[in-house]
Amino acid sequence: MTDRLRVTNLEVRYGDLVGVADVSFEVAEGSVVALLGSNGAGKTTTLNAIAGLVKPSRGTIEWRGEDIGRLPAYAIVPKGLALSPEGWRLFVGQTVEQNLRLGTATVRDKARVPALLDRVYTTFPRLAERRKQRAGTLSGGERQMLAMGRALMSEPRLLLLDEPSLGLAPAIVDTLYETLERLHQDGLTLLLAEQSVSLALEVADHAYVLQTGRTVLDGPAEALQHDAQVQEIYLGTKTKPVMEH
Amino acid sequence: MVIVQVITGGLLLGAVYALFSSGLTLIWGMMNVVNFAHGDFVMIGMYVAFLIYTYLNGGPIEFVLASAVVLFVLGVWSYTGLVRHVMSGTLLSQMLATFGLALVLRYATFWIFSSNFRSLPEDLIGGTLNLGGILISMPKLVAGVVAIALTLGLHGLLTRTAIGSQLLAVSEDRNAAMLMGIRPDRMQALAWGLAGAGTGIAGALIATFYYISPSVGETLALVAFVVVALGGFGSVPGALIAGLLIGVIQELSAYLLGPVYKDVVVYALFVAVLWIRPQGLFGKF
Ligand SMILES: Nc1ncnc2c1ncn2[C@@H]1O[C@H](COP(=O)(O)OP(=O)(O)O)[C@@H](O)[C@H]1O
Ligand SMILES: [Mg+2]
Repeated sequence: MTDRLRVTNLEVRYGDLVGVADVSFEVAEGSVVALLGSNGAGKTTTLNAIAGLVKPSRGTIEWRGEDIGRLPAYAIVPKGLALSPEGWRLFVGQTVEQNLRLGTATVRDKARVPALLDRVYTTFPRLAERRKQRAGTLSGGERQMLAMGRALMSEPRLLLLDEPSLGLAPAIVDTLYETLERLHQDGLTLLLAEQSVSLALEVADHAYVLQTGRTVLDGPAEALQHDAQVQEIYLGTKTKPVMEH
Repeated sequence: MVIVQVITGGLLLGAVYALFSSGLTLIWGMMNVVNFAHGDFVMIGMYVAFLIYTYLNGGPIEFVLASAVVLFVLGVWSYTGLVRHVMSGTLLSQMLATFGLALVLRYATFWIFSSNFRSLPEDLIGGTLNLGGILISMPKLVAGVVAIALTLGLHGLLTRTAIGSQLLAVSEDRNAAMLMGIRPDRMQALAWGLAGAGTGIAGALIATFYYISPSVGETLALVAFVVVALGGFGSVPGALIAGLLIGVIQELSAYLLGPVYKDVVVYALFVAVLWIRPQGLFGKF
């Protein structure tokens, strides 16, 4: 059984409002897939639906051949999917290390926890320096690292990342993306939601473009980099300040 | 010398206040539910002690443990059987649910035991300790020391263990906790169980030096609400300090002004603090 995620005709409603109307895409084992789209296109809603935080009103979410679309979020993690959510959603009253350890809530063999901690601290040395500090005292870049590190602690096979570059300084974004490349080389499958198109297309193998809740376009990342329609969709939003929390 | 004795007595009483208020602060400050049945949980703890002593000949260790177990179960059941179903409702429906629970517990106790005051024998935990002229009654000393130890233990559980961290995570951000694979309902039930157990132990300890009646919970609940508001919602260390403070103020005003004034002074102080610092003396966490 391969680690394939397949989302088909996904629709999510927030009461009368439609979060996403019709989204379909696939993430093959070992790939990096990007969900592109401007603010409000439905990226977060899609990732949250996969992670079990919101329920689809139509469509299916299949992971390794099983429909996981109706499972609650806590039942998704043990299946090997982890989300680094929009806005980080850290436990700001607790320390960096406590946040990371919370990521191991579903790890059955607790003897593995020190090794998992070590791995995250090696990936993000900054977190090791701040291990005893409350998460609420971290900078934006450190918070993103902690959100990613915390998601990695559950040893996911597919890591979902919601706008890891949002609101961060370019130098920090570069470091984070280098880390993503390294995690991918180590065999992790990635599904990445981004407004920052050029960045996402650099690491992705394949990308899907969302517009007002629908997948309107997809293709290999290299092809999309030069696609006129992609440029057009983004031209209007490129200069807009990226401030969303 | 007498003053020192009064203050010591206040601290020991205050420690017991701290223990049962910790239970209230745990589910109020962290789980965001006001449990109006809290005082009646203390009352049930007192009756469990009375029953175990009277009918099963159990000593203090037995009835304190029994009370912890009974109230842990009652706490878990209150959440899973009642509160869980009204959590998504309005604040009013939450209030009415726990208020209803309070009435059921209180009047069931009236019905079974009548309104007669009961008490455990005074010499159950041996007499009086003389510390260089300061006289301390042993039941209060034991109750105070056990209560401080348990309150600190609860704080340690919350801040130093994996399960405590998960409890706090659910109270901070329920959805983010679910993303960790934590089941919020289980943590809530556990919080109610822990709050119940601490409250039950406090009730059993109080029973060794206080009268037992179906409505005793009313008085004690008021104390708990004052302690929680002073100590900051959700703060166990805050509850500890506020509990000790209230105990000392009560005993001092009873000694200096007369017993009838002790509650008035406490509530006056309470109103004053809420006026100046609505977040309580210590704020959250
Ligand atoms: N909690 C919510 N309640 C109501 N509408 C929402 C909520 N979250 C998102 N939406 C709406 O759903 C649509 C998709 O939003 P979102 O998934 O956040 O997009 P993106 O992550 O691509 O910016 C938007 O129109 C947004 O206003
Ligand atoms: Mg978003």
